[in-house]
Amino acid sequence: MPKGKKTTLNAIEKPAAFGPDLDLGAFKRETSPWPPCTISTLPEDIVQRALSVGISTEEKERAGTYFQIDHSAILQTIRKTFSGKAEIMTTGEALKKYRWAKEYWWKIVAADTDKFTALAKLKWDQGYFIRVLEGQKITIPLQACLFISKDNFNQNVHNLIIAEPNSEAQIITGCTVHPNVQSGLHVGISEFYVKKNAKLTFTMIHNWAQNFNVRPRTAALVDDDATFVSNYMCMKPVKSLQMYPVAYCKGANSRVRFNTILHGNQNSHLDVGSKVVLQGKGSRGEIITRAIASDNAQINARGLLVGEHEDSKAHLECRGLLLSDEAFIHAIPELVGKVKGTELSHEAAVGKIAEEQIQYLMARGFSETEAESLIIRGFMDTSIFGLPDVLKKDTERMIDATFGGAL
Amino acid sequence: MKTLRIEDLTVEIAGKRVLGGVNLEVPEGETHVLLGPNGSGKTSLITSILGFPSCHILSGKIRFNGTDITTMPTDERVKLGIGVAFQNPPQIRGVKLGDVLRHLTRRKFDEVKLAGTTNIPVDFFGRDLNLGFSGGELKRTEILQLLAQRPDFAIFDEPDSGVDVENLEVIGKAINEFLKNRSGLLITHLGHILRYLKVDKAHVMFYGTIACSGKPTNIINRIMKKGYKWCERCPKVKRLH
Ligand SMILES: Nc1ncnc2c1ncn2[C@@H]1O[C@H](COP(=O)(O)OP(=O)(O)OP(=O)(O)O)[C@@H](O)[C@H]1O
Ligand SMILES: [Mg+2]
Repeated sequence: MPKGKKTTLNAIEKPAAFGPDLDLGAFKRETSPWPPCTISTLPEDIVQRALSVGISTEEKERAGTYFQIDHSAILQTIRKTFSGKAEIMTTGEALKKYRWAKEYWWKIVAADTDKFTALAKLKWDQGYFIRVLEGQKITIPLQACLFISKDNFNQNVHNLIIAEPNSEAQIITGCTVHPNVQSGLHVGISEFYVKKNAKLTFTMIHNWAQNFNVRPRTAALVDDDATFVSNYMCMKPVKSLQMYPVAYCKGANSRVRFNTILHGNQNSHLDVGSKVVLQGKGSRGEIITRAIASDNAQINARGLLVGEHEDSKAHLECRGLLLSDEAFIHAIPELVGKVKGTELSHEAAVGKIAEEQIQYLMARGFSETEAESLIIRGFMDTSIFGLPDVLKKDTERMIDATFGGAL
Repeated sequence: MKTLRIEDLTVEIAGKRVLGGVNLEVPEGETHVLLGPNGSGKTSLITSILGFPSCHILSGKIRFNGTDITTMPTDERVKLGIGVAFQNPPQIRGVKLGDVLRHLTRRKFDEVKLAGTTNIPVDFFGRDLNLGFSGGELKRTEILQLLAQRPDFAIFDEPDSGVDVENLEVIGKAINEFLKNRSGLLITHLGHILRYLKVDKAHVMFYGTIACSGKPTNIINRIMKKGYKWCERCPKVKRLH
């Protein structure tokens, strides 16, 4: 047996560094395949859930779509206007089609990291391959939806995203479950390669179920003059979600930004962070997190900046808002400077809504409830994220749906 | 009867007695000025009039237009027609000045015209409330909000502190125009703004109570010349001490 396989097998028992441990045997793997279909012939209940995670069924609003239900990739299309500019297929197909693809496979995420990476290697259920070709600027977003239709089911996808030199694109990934699904486990490995002078904006939106468990494992490699922006949003209940994506600013003048919006509610346990490793000359990183905890939610909001180049700079900002006495937020910002000259800083604040702010707005005639929702809505102000317009509208719609819209 | 009437008001904040037996009446159509050394209780009186929960009323009554509002929630008092431009407004991240102005004006307003009344650049409407505003900008946006709110009874807590000469004239005239057919209470330390305003009466606060009331020019001129030391010699203030 090759050594890689063996260490992976050994890792299948290895609990993750963070988050509650799970018994992998508790979830079903068997399912019947879904037949391929088009976005307009998807069943309405699936469409409704897909819309809740930023997926559009209007063909003209997206440059291309990948849709996977359980283990079946049911749809991979690129609109005609964009063919020859970007590619979408299953990662299985991509590995067959391109011999070089394996150079990007399990290269920045290690299969033996923990039981979840091991599971994704041993029980791999496709995932998407998206490649933006050299010099191409895709003006409207590409989208991918990872969907689970059965209760207590386990889905393990492995995605590969490559932005070739001088390309530019936005990708929206929505992950969700059928309304009948209560529990289950989703593992998603994602490896991003942002090549020289490319710009990739990746927005991931999650909408799971009360007893559902989620373990994404993500890494990005960012080349010279390239920019990687990762936006993550989870506003709905989940049993446990643990992720700690990492971006390596390997190239000179590489830029990375992680924006995270979390709303922990009911009994959700969220352990979410972002890491930036500054390796290139002139590399810059930024992590911005907004976390709201209501009901009995527990949130660990992590952040790690590692400075390995003397000309590098990064900032981490984490703000947590507690809306219940039973909820809890633990902000854990970490800075590791390995060379002199690197400039790392952080700012973290956790608290409840300041009474003074509510009083002030009430003095301007807002009711107490209006004042609270205005403050919460302001706390979730996405304008600081600098999202492209399409995404801004989508995320605002989702925040409004959760916290009440404009007054 | 747009009259504010405070009767024998005693208030505690954070376990400390900040007001003791305040009596004050501002009849309809009048504007009064409230003076007093730092920490004498002027702002505490304003937050008590607004009914902030931090102000524990131990005794006394606050009436507005004949209605007893002593225990009324803040937003209801505001609906009755009381409005305040604060001395130290809090910063609220993500809540835009424009959000509040839209609410106050019921959505429709001419941004340029409104901003012009207190000389605020229009792009401030997109800024987070009071975040990173300079001292003078804070005052001018507070006044702007109050003008947009159009309360029958307008209270200004040190609207002139930290405002430059040109802007002092702008806000002085704006406030004067606004108060023409309204009632008001204005707190000031140096009284410069009174150059542009018509005020009917002055009150001096000492140790949490109104120590003296009278003609504005007399009282202000004395205090400006001799400071509050002059007041300290007053038998009424001595008794308070
Ligand atoms: N929340 C609080 N906690 C503790 N003390 C308070 C609080 N609010 C007011 N005080 C105290 O009450 C007293 C009156 O304060 P207030 O703000 O009313 O004074 P002021 O007359 O407005 O002064 P200034 O001219 O400096 O604005 C002060 O001694 C102040 O420290
Ligand atoms: Mg004061």
